[in-house]
Parts: sequence; structure tokens; C-alpha cells
Amino acid sequence: MEFAELIKTPRVDGVVLHRPFLPTVEGTLCLTGHHLILSSRQDNTEELWLLHSNIDAIEKRFIGSLGTIIVKCKDLRIIQLDIPGMEECLNIASSIEALSTLDSVSLMYPFFYRPMFEVIEDGWHLFSPEEAFKDLESMTDEWRLSEVNKDFTVCPSYPSLVTVPKDIDDDTLCKAAAFRHGGRFPVLSYYHKKNGMVMMRAGQPLTGTNGRRCKEDEKLINATLRAGKRGYIIDTRTIAVAQQAKARGGGFEQEANYPQWRRIHKAIERSNILQESLIKLVEACNDQSNSMDRWLSKLEASNWQSHVKEILTTACLAAQCIDRSGASVLVHGTEGTDSTLQVTSLAQIILEPACRTIRGFQALVEREWLQAGHPFQQRCAQSAYSNGKPRSEAPVFLLFLDCVWQILRQFPCSFQFNEHFLITLFEHAYASQFGTFLGNSAAESRVKLKLSRKTVSLWSWVNRPQELERFVNPLYEPNSLVIWPSVAPQSLLLWEGVFLRWNRSTKFLDEAYEEMVHIIEYNKELQNKVNSLRRQLAQLETEDSPLQTP
Amino acid sequence: MEHIRTPKVEQVKLLDRFSNKSTTGTLHLTATHLIFVESNATSAQELWILHHHIASVEKLSLTTSGCPLLIQCRNFRVVHFVVPRERDCHDVYSSLLRLLRPVSYDELYAFSYNPKQNEQQRDEGWQLIDLGAEFERMGVPCDQWQLTDVNRDYKVCETYPRDLYVPITASKPIIVGSSKFRSKGRFPVLTYFYQERKAAVCRCSQPLSGFSARCLEDEHMLQAISKANHNNRYVYVMDTRPKLNALANRAAGKGYENEDNYSNIRFQFVGIENIHVMRSSLQKLLEVVGTRSLSVMDYLVGLENSGWLRHIKAIVDAAIFLTKAVTVEGASVLVHCSDGWDRTAQVCSLGALLMDPYYRTIKGFMVLIEKDWISFGHKFADRCDQLDGDPKEVSPIFTQFLECVWQLTEQFPQAFQFSEWFLIQIHEHIHSCQFGNFLGNSQRQREELQLKERTYSLWDHLLSEQQLYLNPVYSPSFAETHPVLEPSTQPWNFKFWRNMYHQFDRSMHPRQSILKNTVMLKENSKELEIVYLCKTYLLLSWSYILSLYTLPVHSVHPGSLFGEERTVEGSSATENGYGEIKGSFGSKSEPAIVSLEFGVARMTC
Repeated sequence: MEFAELIKTPRVDGVVLHRPFLPTVEGTLCLTGHHLILSSRQDNTEELWLLHSNIDAIEKRFIGSLGTIIVKCKDLRIIQLDIPGMEECLNIASSIEALSTLDSVSLMYPFFYRPMFEVIEDGWHLFSPEEAFKDLESMTDEWRLSEVNKDFTVCPSYPSLVTVPKDIDDDTLCKAAAFRHGGRFPVLSYYHKKNGMVMMRAGQPLTGTNGRRCKEDEKLINATLRAGKRGYIIDTRTIAVAQQAKARGGGFEQEANYPQWRRIHKAIERSNILQESLIKLVEACNDQSNSMDRWLSKLEASNWQSHVKEILTTACLAAQCIDRSGASVLVHGTEGTDSTLQVTSLAQIILEPACRTIRGFQALVEREWLQAGHPFQQRCAQSAYSNGKPRSEAPVFLLFLDCVWQILRQFPCSFQFNEHFLITLFEHAYASQFGTFLGNSAAESRVKLKLSRKTVSLWSWVNRPQELERFVNPLYEPNSLVIWPSVAPQSLLLWEGVFLRWNRSTKFLDEAYEEMVHIIEYNKELQNKVNSLRRQLAQLETEDSPLQTP
Repeated sequence: MEHIRTPKVEQVKLLDRFSNKSTTGTLHLTATHLIFVESNATSAQELWILHHHIASVEKLSLTTSGCPLLIQCRNFRVVHFVVPRERDCHDVYSSLLRLLRPVSYDELYAFSYNPKQNEQQRDEGWQLIDLGAEFERMGVPCDQWQLTDVNRDYKVCETYPRDLYVPITASKPIIVGSSKFRSKGRFPVLTYFYQERKAAVCRCSQPLSGFSARCLEDEHMLQAISKANHNNRYVYVMDTRPKLNALANRAAGKGYENEDNYSNIRFQFVGIENIHVMRSSLQKLLEVVGTRSLSVMDYLVGLENSGWLRHIKAIVDAAIFLTKAVTVEGASVLVHCSDGWDRTAQVCSLGALLMDPYYRTIKGFMVLIEKDWISFGHKFADRCDQLDGDPKEVSPIFTQFLECVWQLTEQFPQAFQFSEWFLIQIHEHIHSCQFGNFLGNSQRQREELQLKERTYSLWDHLLSEQQLYLNPVYSPSFAETHPVLEPSTQPWNFKFWRNMYHQFDRSMHPRQSILKNTVMLKENSKELEIVYLCKTYLLLSWSYILSLYTLPVHSVHPGSLFGEERTVEGSSATENGYGEIKGSFGSKSEPAIVSLEFGVARMTC
């Protein structure tokens, strides 16, 4: 076992654990290959099981021979361990550091985790492109499922099957792929049943400084337009950024070459800026200074809410083009794996009621994030406390979840899931016993890592009735309408459930929520009782009808 | 009516202030209201604006589509009309200018408002709140505190009520002497008695101490307060002003208590700003949130620069300080500011709300307002600009109090019997001048105006529709487990109160409301309980007297009573301003179906 070398001191007694809003626990600290465990070894006291992969950073402090390790987690929790003995403390700290920064994916916990539950429905097989295509086929025959990427050579970050216009052959796709960043040629993201308009996504076109063009690319996206109709290209970058991209071989669609398309530039920030923003926001939330001005200015300086607003606005714009203007849309940024996916997935939440169900949301995450090649492994390697030099970490997915939460807050009855479900996805994207968020693309996860065989899917667990219960929104009433959120700053809230989760006691809020659930359930129960009585009465009435006639 | 030049203008456009939407309709001007009736036959919404609610009318420069008229209301409604003809616009404008500046009390709506109640009902309405009974509830008079008749004829202090409670050892000469040493004669009196520790919350105005003056009677007065509490001899004196302001007051012969002259006091400044700072703070806040296409950065910077939430936090902080001194240390506290009717009212009433669960009920909250605000002479007429007066006297002091309460309801969702709609409705009526309660500046003035004979009580009206204001998750048992509230004052607990300051801007609000839904379900359950009983009874009847009677079965249909009528949101994409779509094919906005919380003016006339 390779982990053994990293664990110099596997066990220390007399360790004291401090957690916010919970009583301190004294007990034995154990290190295993994947967990940090603290147990008081008494019945009915809670044990702490912390995945090493959840640890973002640690700090050591010494007062005499009493060492203290502050553990900062990727889920933003901060805990403190008081460890007697300097050597033990140093050993534990260096082990945690080593174990929480393992480079090899195959050493991650999901490869070792054996579920304690029976897998009824294997999450790995729930959402296949074939299934999604079957749905599409029932609505339109203008699209086909292409195997052009079956060995992941045309586009390493796409899945093996992609949906493209029926009249476009694989050859054309290959040529268009060569013209798009990362080979990400335009593919179907969403079909709007109401009017047949579509949303596509891609990487940026590689026009370069000399304005290269690609007839096949033009043909491909024009094939999605109805006769005489025009479409919109939503470039998630500002025009300035898009211009600069030309120097590095990238660029944007020239009007002259795409006369049927109108380009709109938005300003969703790139990943390193988002990461910085997250770090600042979490720092603001952990600030204990108790000054209102300081809090507001730090919140403002973090820029987090601005990112939320910009992403939501862009998604609404895409949805507006499709639903209100009856136009098709192509979305891209630079790589097409970050801001692009934020926009396409949020637009679907707005437009498509099915995405607001628990199952539908899983399908959306699977389709628009996992299959679509969002590099989870890279983006979620570190969270807000990391002091290492950021590489490609960025809270792209967390921002998406934040935006979903904003819509959920504005339409609290239109979602089948609750906030807890979103928080759970956030946690598992950063550290998990499940393999769902491992790897950076379908190619990597399916072929190289063989995740579906070697690990358990998060969905297998989430969809068990016992678990599902916790994620259901009691207020849910299916709503078939398009839901337009307000993007005014006054309407956007700080997602306290994530960012203030460990800084406040939610006891009173939780109790109030329970009461609300109780009111709803009581009402349902009464409805049922009354309905059953009514049925009985109706039955009596019909049975005895001869008696009633005079 | 003589002020109305043009009672009706047609083809007036109403612009939404945050989007490009507009509706066309007819503008009517009546003696009490400005009414806009949408001409669209299908929805034909009406907008009623009480003249008293209008804070300002502005005629903007002429545009191609007509003459714009911008009306800002005290309940934070902002309406933007475009009147096709300039002459009409000017007529409406000048009529409004006169109508919204009543010069005498007789012109106020309350004196013409008639809810069709007889005299007896009116009297009963006014008798709902009995402050004598309230002090009895607190356990006063008792062996240490007594009722004094020194102010029976408003001789000692004309801004105080007639009935005042003082320590038994405070003799008349002491009271009179102390009152002469206090600004506006507002000597220390009891406002809340914490029975459990026998600790008192007293209030007064600043002492006229200047740089060195002292007053033995006033010192005795504080001594008497100290003696009245056997648990803790120390009396906290909370000066709710910033120290600098208090220092500046000394030059004018006013100031604060010198700890050397008073035995057993602990003096403390808490730093709540004055009415002028609060007025401009709210103004800044409203300016910021009224901006179209506001960016998050400008919003947060504006929120910070306005200082509004800082002020709210300062008031809550002060109330917490007061509560801790009383409930934890068992000490009596004397609260004052300058005149003792603004900051003092805020801190005393909020402190009492934290200490006493009764004030968190609907009735109790009315009592609290009646006691600490109305009877102790918060100058509602001046602060709410009821009559054409000094604009420097206007200040959102009471609004801040309501907001502090709202901030607490956010932290303790089960502690309050009422929901935020109740707070918003009260706020509506401090400006509406529709009921007598808030008219005038003091009890004495209210008696002179004979309000109880000539106007109606708001409390009666609110109680009659209290179903609307119930908090569905209120738990009476919460009061038992948490008699004293201990709110967190981390800055992120204080939030912008969107439902107050944007109550009429429907595009800002959640399209579905948890509160509304829960209220509806609860109501529906009540109906169902009855239906259930009826049906059970019917079923039994059926089985007994099967062949004898024909019973009407479908007596009540629960679905139609409440639950199934569900307005679903929507609103158009354009309303939200996600960005303009360039090009020739702009979006067509579809009629929006938006469920309104409290956006529609609920006018009771």
C-alpha cells in the first residue's frame, strides 16, 4: 500500500477538535489513506470523517508542545485540531499535506470506495447520448447522431457521440473541427420544442490575425437555420478580449462570412479571475471585524455577485433569443468548456421545465458539463483557501450552481429539488467518494480511467429513495412556463447556504423550514382524506341512486 | 375640490421605471387620490395613489411623446407618467402641488375617511389599546414604581403622555426639578419593566448640563431609579448619540451626564446618527436602487456609501446592549438622545421587542408602537411630513425601526406572529393620514384635534384583517424557549429590504413567494378541516338514514375555495433588461402574468 509511506503517525490520542457551532470533541485522531478520522470512542458521539481530498489547505501553530492544525476544506469549512506533542503534530500535518495533494487520479478515493448500499439503478448508464437523441427524434428529424468522434480524435473533449444537423456529413464536421478551438465544432446543445429553435455550442473559431475562414464551419451552422431566418452568435467574451484572442490564433466569426448571424458579445470572466473572486469572497465571509462598511466593500471587491449577474444575464439573453425572438443561437467563448457551458445549461433551466426536476437536472449536468467536457479535475483541484499558485482552478461549476440557486430563490415552487441538492453537487464536484466528477472529459473518464467500471456514480446514490427524500422541494408544482429571473442587483442574493454555511447557526431557519414542510404535508394529507371521503360519498350516491329518485 | 383644475386626462402613458414597458390609460384626479386606469380592456388595472403619499412631483422637460410627470411617493412608489398635452400636464402638476401640501390638519384624509362604522364601533376601535393595562401587564405599579399625576395637564412636559410611571421615591419636587434640567422637560420615566429581574428601562432627553451645570433633583431622580432595583444598583445611562454630537451639544447648554455627579451610573455612548444623517442616508439609498440598469458594483458601493445598513445595525446593536444590561446583568437602564423622541424611541422599543415575546405578537406590536412611539411623542407629523412643514424635520426614524424588526424576523422566522406584510402596511399608514393614530406630534395635540371623535383607529382596521398579516410559521412555543432574542450582529445578517423599498417594482421580486404559498396552504387546510368534518358527518348520515333523505353532497368544494387558484409567474424577458438585442428583429413582449404580493395598493376607502 503506497499510502503507508506517507503516514508517519497513524494515530494520536488526546486530540481536541473545534468546529464552528458544534461542541468540541476530544478523542483519537486516525489517518488512513483517504480519511482523517476523529473519534471520541464513545457511543452516541459524532465521529469526524474527512476526506483528504476535501482538504484545501492547512496551517500549523505551536504553543509549547501543543500543536494546532487548522484544516481548511474545499467545502469552505474550517476546523481546528489541537494535537499534543510537537512531533506527532508535524507528522500529521505533513501526512495530510501529502495525502490531500496526490497527483494521480487513480489513487483517489472513488477507486477504493465500496458502496454500503445496494445499487438499484446504476447512475453510469442513466444518461446516454443515445437516450437524449431518442427524445430529440420524437420532436424533429432534422438532426442526427454522429460517430465522427468515436475514438476522440476529432475533438478530445467531446463525447464519442454528438448531435449535428442531418445534412452535414462527418467530413464537413472534421473540417469544421479543425477550424474551432480544441476541435470543438458546433454541436447541438438544446432543441426548443415550442418553436423548433436550437442552441448550439462550440469553441472559438480559429480565424487568427489574417481572418481565416472555413466554408464547412459556415455551412454547418447555417444548416441549423430555417429559410430566411437569422441566428445569434453569443460570444461570452467582450469584443476586446475576442480581438486579442486573434493574436493567439483564435478569434470570432466575421460578419462578412456569417451574414445570417448577428454576433453579441458579453463579458463573462475567465477562470483565473473567477478563482480570485472566490478567494476574496470567502475571505470576506470569514472576516470577523463586525463592520458593515468593511463587509460591503469586501463583498463588492470580490466581484462575485457581478459574475453571477453577468452569467445569468447572458443565459437569459440566449433564452430570450430562442424563445422570444424565435432565433437559433450559437454560444461560445474561448475554449467552449467553461462560460459557454454556464450559459447553455442555465438557458435550459430557464426554458425547459424538465431541467428543473431532480432527474432532469442530473441529465443536464451530465449532458452539458460532464459529457460536454468541462475539466472538473482541473477546475476543482483547489478551492478558496489554496495558497498554492493557481493553475487552472476556477469555480466555474460553483458559479453555475449559484445562478441556479438564484433562479430557485425567485421561483421557489418551480424546482423539484431544493438548495440542499445544489450544495451536495458543489461538495461532490470538489471532493467525493463517487467517480462522477473525476477526469476532465468523456474520453478521459470513460476510456482512460474506466470510471464506470471502477467507481460508483454519484447518481446511483442520489437517486436512492432514502437520499432523494432530502433533496425534494416540498413546494414544487410543475410549471410548464419559461421562467425569467430578475437580474437586478437587488434581486441577486449572496448564497448563504454555501458561503456562510459554517459561519452562522441555521437552527432557527431550519426549524422554520421544518414547520413549512409540516404545513404543506398536513395540507396534502387533508386533501387526500377529503378526496377519499368524497369518493366514498359519490359511491354511496350512485349505489343508492334508485332510492333518491322520488 | 377647488384645487383640481383638470379632473381627468386621457391617453396618459405610465412608464415602468426599470424597463421599457409602458401602459396607456386615463388619469383621474380626485380630492384624495390620483387614479390611473389602464385602458386595456382585458386587464384594466387601476393604480390609486393617495395624495398624502406623494412626496414630490416633478415636471420633466417636454419630449416628442408628451410631457413627463415624475411622482415620488413616501411608500417608495415611483411613477412616471407621460401626458400628451403640456397644458394638461401643467394642470395636473399644479393641482397636485397644492393637494400634496396640506396646511391644516383638517385637510388630512383621516377627517374625511369614513369606513361606515357607527360611533360605538369607532370608540371600541380606539379602546383596543390601553396603555394602563399594558403597564399592569408588566407588573407596574408595584412596590417600587408608581403612577404619577404630575403631568395630568401636560404642565410638566407637553410632549409626554398624561400618565407616567416613576420610582416611588421620586417625589413631585424631584420630578419637576429634574424636568427643568432636561431638554423639553422630558425627565426620566419608566417605559418598560422587566419583571423577572425587577429591572427598568427608562427614557428621557439630554440633561442641560452644558460644561458644568448640575441639578440635584435630576441626580436624585437617577438615584431613585437605582434604588428601585434591588438586584443591581448600577444604572446604565445610554446616550444613543455619537460622542462628538453630545460634546457639541454642551456648547448649547445641553450635553450628557457627568459620571462624577451621579452615583452608581455607568455612562455609555452608542453612536446612532441624527435625523439629518438618516434622512440623507435613505435618500442616497433610494437614489442608488432607483438607478436603471444598475451594476452589482454600483449597487454595493452605493449601499455602502449610503450608510443605511450601518445605521440599521447601529440601532440593533444598541438594542442588544440594552437587552443584555437588563436581562443578563439585571440592571436598570436610562436611555436618551437629544430630545428623546427619535433614537430613544428606536432603542427602547426594539429592546423591549427583544426582551418580551408579547411585543412580537400582532396586538403586542401595536401596543409597543402606541407606547414608545405615539404616546411618548415621536413627532410623526414632522418626521413623516404630514403637513407642509420644515423639510429638515422629515426623517425615516420610524421606517428604520420597522426595518430593524424585519431584520430580526429574518433571523428568527418563528418568533413573530406577523409577517413583513404587517410591517409594510403599518409603514403605508404612517404616511397615508387615513387613520388618526399617527397624526400630530404628541398626545396633547391629538387630544386637541379630537382624533378619537373625528377619525378612526388603524389598529382596529389592521386587526379586522389580521389574517392577511399572519406569519404562517409562527410558533407560540418559541417564546417559551426563547423569551429573550439574541440576534447575531455579523454584518451579513443585515440585508437590503427589497420588499419594502421596491414594494411597487414588481420586476424586482421573486415571481413565486414561499410566504404567500405557505399562507395559502395553511388557509386551505383550515377550510379542508371543515370540509372533512362535513363530509364525515355526511358519510355517517348516509349510512344511518340511507333511504330516508336525499342529501346535497356537494356542499363545499375545497379546491375552489383557495388552493387551486394559483397565479403563475412569467413576466416578459424584456422587462428584466438582459441586454438589447441588436438588429431588426427585436423581441415582442407578451402580456405578463405576474402575481403581485403587496404591490397593488390596497386602498380602504
